[in-house]
Amino acid sequence: MVKKWIERSYSGLIFVFLYAPILVLIIFSFNESRTRGNWGGFTLHWYADLFRDRQILSAFYYTLSIGVISAVVSTIVGTFAAVGIYNMRYLGQKTILNLNYLPVLNPDIVTGVALMTLFIFFNFRLGFLTLLLAHITFCIPYVILAVLPKLRQLDKNLAEAAMDLGAKPFYAFRKVVLPEITPGIITGALIAFTLSIDDFVISFFTTGSGVTNISITVFSMARRGVNPMINALSTIMFTTVLLLLLWINYRTNKEKEEDEDEKELQMYNVLGTAGDTLSDDDRV
Amino acid sequence: MFLVLLGILFPMMTGCSDQETLYVYNWGDYIDESVLRDFEEEFDVRIVYETYATNEDMIVKIRSGGSRYDVAIPSDYMIERMINEELLREINMDRITNYHYVKEDLKNLDFDPDNRFSVPYMWGTVGIIYNTTMVDDVVDSWEILWDETYEGDILMMDSQRDSIGITLLKLGYSLNSRDEDELEEAKQELIRQKPLVLAYVVDEGKDMMVAEEAALAVVWSGDAVIMMEENEDLEYVIPKEGSNLWFDNMVIPTTSENPELAEEFINFMTRPEIAQRNAEYIGYSTPNLGAMELLDDEITGNPAAYPPDEMLENLEVFQDPGDFLSVYDRIWTEVKAH
Amino acid sequence: MKSRMAYPYIVWLSMFIVLPLLLILYYGLTAVDGSFTLDNFQRFIDPIYLRVLWRSVELALLSTAICLVLGYPMAMIIAKTEIKRRNLMVLLFILPMWMNFLLRTYAWMTLLGRNGVINNILGWAGLPELNLLYNASAVVLGMVYNFLPFMVLPIYTVLSKMDQSYIEAAKDLGANNRKVFWKVIFPLSLPGVISGVTMVFMPAVSTFVIPRLLGGGQLMLIGNLVEQQFSYVGDWNFGSAISIVMMLFILISMALMTRFDKEQQGGVGLW
Repeated sequence: MVKKWIERSYSGLIFVFLYAPILVLIIFSFNESRTRGNWGGFTLHWYADLFRDRQILSAFYYTLSIGVISAVVSTIVGTFAAVGIYNMRYLGQKTILNLNYLPVLNPDIVTGVALMTLFIFFNFRLGFLTLLLAHITFCIPYVILAVLPKLRQLDKNLAEAAMDLGAKPFYAFRKVVLPEITPGIITGALIAFTLSIDDFVISFFTTGSGVTNISITVFSMARRGVNPMINALSTIMFTTVLLLLLWINYRTNKEKEEDEDEKELQMYNVLGTAGDTLSDDDRV
Repeated sequence: MFLVLLGILFPMMTGCSDQETLYVYNWGDYIDESVLRDFEEEFDVRIVYETYATNEDMIVKIRSGGSRYDVAIPSDYMIERMINEELLREINMDRITNYHYVKEDLKNLDFDPDNRFSVPYMWGTVGIIYNTTMVDDVVDSWEILWDETYEGDILMMDSQRDSIGITLLKLGYSLNSRDEDELEEAKQELIRQKPLVLAYVVDEGKDMMVAEEAALAVVWSGDAVIMMEENEDLEYVIPKEGSNLWFDNMVIPTTSENPELAEEFINFMTRPEIAQRNAEYIGYSTPNLGAMELLDDEITGNPAAYPPDEMLENLEVFQDPGDFLSVYDRIWTEVKAH
Repeated sequence: MKSRMAYPYIVWLSMFIVLPLLLILYYGLTAVDGSFTLDNFQRFIDPIYLRVLWRSVELALLSTAICLVLGYPMAMIIAKTEIKRRNLMVLLFILPMWMNFLLRTYAWMTLLGRNGVINNILGWAGLPELNLLYNASAVVLGMVYNFLPFMVLPIYTVLSKMDQSYIEAAKDLGANNRKVFWKVIFPLSLPGVISGVTMVFMPAVSTFVIPRLLGGGQLMLIGNLVEQQFSYVGDWNFGSAISIVMMLFILISMALMTRFDKEQQGGVGLW
């Protein structure tokens, strides 16, 4: 009994630690007074300001468009690459996989300055394109790491059987292999999208010409001190993510009744993506 | 929901893309942004506006390439350096029709002797702003920033020239010192001061002083004017050891691909009504006589913003240290790393 | 034949992953005029910079240790909870991770500032104001806050998949709870612990955002030093040299960790 009580209060404290700052941000987004300490009455005008702020709107747009494009491109390139790597000989496979690990393991700041050096060295103008190239570059490795385990689970004989029965290689791939690895591809695409919209460090070094994403905008605003507009932005982002996750959770719970284990596993794969990628599940 | 928003935003963003674009690179908090909107409307162009925190950030960005800024606003010594490094384009002064509004004694200064490369934007001084309710001593010397009573209450500037400069002045040297021993001494002083400093800031210092999160800060005069408007307990001083007198001028970097539009912009900013609005908003001192006439006497009479001539005697303008710059860089890196 | 499908990526990989690293290696090994030199690395040996490296490692280790101490019990608690509530708890850990990292760090500025929430509460209680922001503790706090889920989730994953029969067997053989934990549960959970430790230590040692925002430019960590060289001083050569040192440092410690992990798991490791 006592043990249960200790456990409850411990997890309670941890959750307070995790959520108190976010809660404070949300509360202060409705605070009339600009300074943090005092409560000057309820207002929505920080939200109004937020939706009028050109810089934030354009940052929002760039964040999403870069996120979508880099998720799509890196998923396509990454899936093909995974299939290719899977079929490579041992040495080639090992070399490519080790290189593939570089952006995953390297500190973001090193990836960032290295890419910046590359772009400037070859006289690229920093901006949307360089930002996109950088994002695709750091996303592909994660897609490969998500797809490869699915390929390894695949029965090698399936595709061959299909081809024996007269299917062309590409047809066999599309009809036999692709459906089997789809969960991995979806996971990969989600990881890519999440990483892209959350990235700050690499974007910070590889963008220019007025193209900024949400993270960079928040950084430059936060460097100036506390700004209630950031609180409003946090509230919106938090609510969106909360609703999204609750919805996914609800859906998985519902589906789980039909297909317990498999779906549960999939949910963790999908949800735990941002952080969990390196953990044992996805390790190749 | 994201997709819906994307759908709304996308046409909005691309709708502007066939317009001409002007890339403006300016200090943070250093323009009334409504002025930019006016320019966009009047000339039917789109302005991409980016900011930097120090001259050094700016020149690194411009020098490394990868950018296409049309207008930047560096300070005196940095203009000198940019001219030497051939990073600036000559301005066609015939097109700056409002140039005659600029005060004569702010033209043709040492860093750009014939104003071939730059048009004055703002000028000012460096000093100490302090909160009279938190500081009991008389503030008239840089020494107070080394006073242990104010441990954890001091904001220093996260800008190498300014911070090293005032330390040199405090030690009785020139802020343009090119003597390794003097600079070494300044470095030791800055390192000694570090435990007393709450934070190294640039633009964020304004909010902190207004919110009374610190007692003393090294600031530029225009920021001081704004802070004093927002908090009556704040006072601005130019210390007796002297200080820095600076000029920020508009320039066209060689990265510009649209120098005509850049000149149009510079001319626009020199228009008296615009210069007045801008100066009123950011608190800095305008070099524009036309604008000064339009400004309130209360503003032009404020000695913090428009110091009388006798106050200017003690002030020094930064010069480009040339090759010696690497010594400054190194010292600042070491101070920050300590 | 199908291995050809990887060719586009091989091209991409060499252009955007290998080439940039070769470029910073080139910059690290040359002087401004392009001549070969080891000066940039020699300069880093200076006590001032070594202290920066040491400080970064120290703070990152401290944060990792705190995350482990706080996170392991949490992971155990989650793993023991019944399935429906367990999903919710995992979700609650993932949720902050999905919120922007910058916003999470910024949140602490609101709490810790001199006129921030915590000082206001202290003020009400009649306690003296504290200087909470702009020091090393604030930075460690920021790291722990941001990276705690990275520690909890992998440990939880391992714990929840652990074969309960080992534990039962140990108990049947007369081991008490403490013994069961140290002799069975903890060793079996090591892969999760190692994942967690690397996932916290790595970003913590290289971050420049957290010290910039919560350290007020007072505290320079290795990430800040790199950032300063590239965006403020413009000394790409020195900046590249530090980046290389940092990269080697992390890759070597990662390789050691995974090697250890591999011995535990028998899986295919990094190298």
